[in-house]
Amino acid sequence: MRDWPQRLQKHYRRWQWHRRGKLVSEWPAYLADRQSKTRDERLAHYFAAGTFDPQTPISEVPMVALDIETTGLDPSRDSIVSIGVQPFTLGRIPVAQSSYWTVKPRRALSNRSVVYHRLTHSDLANAPRFDKVVGEVLEQLAGRLVVVHYTRIEREFLNAAARHYLKEPLLFPLIDTMAIEAYQHRRLPWFQRLLGRRPVSLRLHPSRERYNLPAYQAHHALIDALATAELLQAQIARHYAPDTPIGVLWE
Amino acid sequence: MDIEQLEIRQHMAQFAPFEYLGDEWLDQVATRVEISYFQAGTDILALDQEINELCYVRSGAVEVSRRSGQLFDRLMEGDIFGYSDIMRNRRVRFPVRAIEDTLIYFVPAELFDALRADNDDFADFVETGGDRLKATIDQQRSDNQMTSTRVRRLIRRKPTMVDIRTPVGEVARRMREDNVTSVLVLSDEGEEANGPRHFTTQEGQVRRLAGLLTDRDCCVRALAENLSGETPVGEVMSTSLITAQSDVSIYEAMMTMLNHNIQHLPILYRRRPIGVLQLSDVMRYETRSSLYLVSSIFTQSGLAGLVRLSGDVPLAFARLVDEGADAHMIGRTMATICRSFIRKLLELGEAELGPPPVPYCFMVLGSCARDEQTVFADQDHAMVLDESFVPEQHDEYFQSLARFVSEGMAACSYPLCKGDIMATNKRWRQPLSVWQGYFRDWIEKPDPEALLHSSIFFDLGYVHGELNMLESLQSLISKLAPQHPFFLAAMARNALNRTPPLGLFRTFILEKDGQHKDAIDLKRRGTAPLVDLVRVHALACGSSANNTIDRLKDIAETRLLPEGVNDRLRYAFEFISMVRIRHQALAIEGNEAPDNRLRPDNVESHERHNLKDAFEVLSHAQKFLKFRYPMPSTSTRGRGR
Repeated sequence: MRDWPQRLQKHYRRWQWHRRGKLVSEWPAYLADRQSKTRDERLAHYFAAGTFDPQTPISEVPMVALDIETTGLDPSRDSIVSIGVQPFTLGRIPVAQSSYWTVKPRRALSNRSVVYHRLTHSDLANAPRFDKVVGEVLEQLAGRLVVVHYTRIEREFLNAAARHYLKEPLLFPLIDTMAIEAYQHRRLPWFQRLLGRRPVSLRLHPSRERYNLPAYQAHHALIDALATAELLQAQIARHYAPDTPIGVLWE
Repeated sequence: MDIEQLEIRQHMAQFAPFEYLGDEWLDQVATRVEISYFQAGTDILALDQEINELCYVRSGAVEVSRRSGQLFDRLMEGDIFGYSDIMRNRRVRFPVRAIEDTLIYFVPAELFDALRADNDDFADFVETGGDRLKATIDQQRSDNQMTSTRVRRLIRRKPTMVDIRTPVGEVARRMREDNVTSVLVLSDEGEEANGPRHFTTQEGQVRRLAGLLTDRDCCVRALAENLSGETPVGEVMSTSLITAQSDVSIYEAMMTMLNHNIQHLPILYRRRPIGVLQLSDVMRYETRSSLYLVSSIFTQSGLAGLVRLSGDVPLAFARLVDEGADAHMIGRTMATICRSFIRKLLELGEAELGPPPVPYCFMVLGSCARDEQTVFADQDHAMVLDESFVPEQHDEYFQSLARFVSEGMAACSYPLCKGDIMATNKRWRQPLSVWQGYFRDWIEKPDPEALLHSSIFFDLGYVHGELNMLESLQSLISKLAPQHPFFLAAMARNALNRTPPLGLFRTFILEKDGQHKDAIDLKRRGTAPLVDLVRVHALACGSSANNTIDRLKDIAETRLLPEGVNDRLRYAFEFISMVRIRHQALAIEGNEAPDNRLRPDNVESHERHNLKDAFEVLSHAQKFLKFRYPMPSTSTRGRGR
């Protein structure tokens, strides 16, 4: 996190509480700065695509849902095993445009994580390393606003992997469907909270249920990416106008 | 194919018309889908907008309206819309709005056109406006014709196989250990490695099927010949090997065994033996067949034997369902079994009580008479006696006979009729003239209340005795009924007492599995009102058929029903009956008492659509019935004023 602009770092630590802060308007400047400084061609290409004016309505922005499966939850010890991306817009999710990669983890898999993401040792033994696929992944992300469910996993793991293989950080603005969900549910009237209404689960699948979205097989990066794209469509339909500026939503 | 597309494909493949597509086309559809979410209350298709995609409801529910804004249809998971507009001029004629939070899959119109061009079933479905019910019933019928059980179903264990040099004594011990009556004898490959008897074992060795040794061979060829236990099995086995392929029908395999007079038939998959079929396996399988059951009923010499046989009735029922028989066939078979029990009991009764003092006719009523019985229906029967009947002299005999039958049937698990519509009731054990009087009363002076309990008498089935008595009653009914609008109106009114559970069904469809506590009574709110409704039309057109499908055929020859309604009623009846039958077969397999109450969580979602359609057919037909047979009393009174 050392490389982050000071204020973004602070913002990141408090991401759940300051989603609407004015800090987000600094994303374009940060990305422009990174573009000028990067020594990696793939990153340069990605940053060159730039990002959007924070005032752009969400309905006009091409987006891409991103999901990463990992061997665990600690970015310093665990690593990425698969990446799923699903480009979409507020109106449509064309499934033909999705992409999926398996990635050879930096360390050997533990049996515990095999149970979690269902990729086996042999699935991953012949998978390419992160630096072999990162170019393709960035190509899918370039020019699109990334949408994830739970910022920390995707942001920290991508950043950690980029720092390990490319020796540079990789940070970009994200819309977090989990944060949107958290925000909606913290707004429960005080008396309901007082009456002891149990906090709702903010995980991807319970969140989807609240929008009548169907149940999918969980823990596959591509399915979760699709599930996240659908969830964002549903959240915007229910809570926001289509012309909501993305600056309100991203972090 | 990506996993998300598999997920999409899997969902769509369950529903018509996509279920008709081959794998490659389905893949095409799943990979080209676009997805969009619509919140409850938002428009999906607006009137007159351009439409270039077929829409598929992945989850949620939508409402289709007419140009006027009037509700046209409600659709839910697995339904499609927009296709008629694509086929027309690609402008939306029927706007669609989400009534729940809904996820829609969009399929490009060019792909939709290609599917129609390539697949006739798909094209038929969308061009006939998506008549799922018809499509499903037709499908089941064609499956049924092809279903003939393959012999591999009877193979329960792998064959015991020994080498040709094994001593026969050791082979006998193997047979004891494996508890088998035959072994297959294998030799090394020999000269020609690719002969018709060569196969590759699971261990990858090429062996030759050299012969078969049965327990009888051990006895006749080894022991009776005084051979020692050390004799190689190759010297005593039978080498004239008759085999059958695993995909021949059980019937074919049985014929092979009978033609060659053998008890053991090795069954091969391609060239590899997968088991040995024994004649006794076939026999055991056949004892569960209904034909066997009926013929055994008549060979019993007493009640105890009948009671024992009645235990096989649910098995025969389950097997019919298993083999893909349709509701018509199952209903007829179960009714035949029921009548056979009664007939046998009457024979036994007459043998015990002596010959009847006057001629009589024993008839069944209700579902058995209509040939629409499920497993064990309540007993409903009656006796018509000859005119020479003198109660004081003869009734004791008939009362005893009736009691013998009804108690015998109760012992065979056919419950006594709660409404006491049985020949044991003196009222339903009367001479022909009294019966004719009953029917005249019911028809000429109809009282809806009274008719409520006697509608069952308008389904009359013959069991035993003088057929002409029953026929004279039937011709009386078919002569009188069409001439008496009051009677028809009263019957029609009663037929509307039970309505299909559409209201409940609406929520049942939309609620997630398992949340709904209510169950649907498939008989009371499905088949029974349909039967009642068809009966009214049948009476109106003077049909003397009993079976609902036969009645519909008679009705089709008249102009009583608008075009197409007849077929839809037939499909609806067949479908609801089949769901009910399958529900009961499942209960039997689970060792539970079969009932008519279908719980929503036991219905697959694509079956729900068909059920809903079937109930809608019934609901429309009931509305028509009310209008077709109005109470004439109100109109005469109106004219009088």
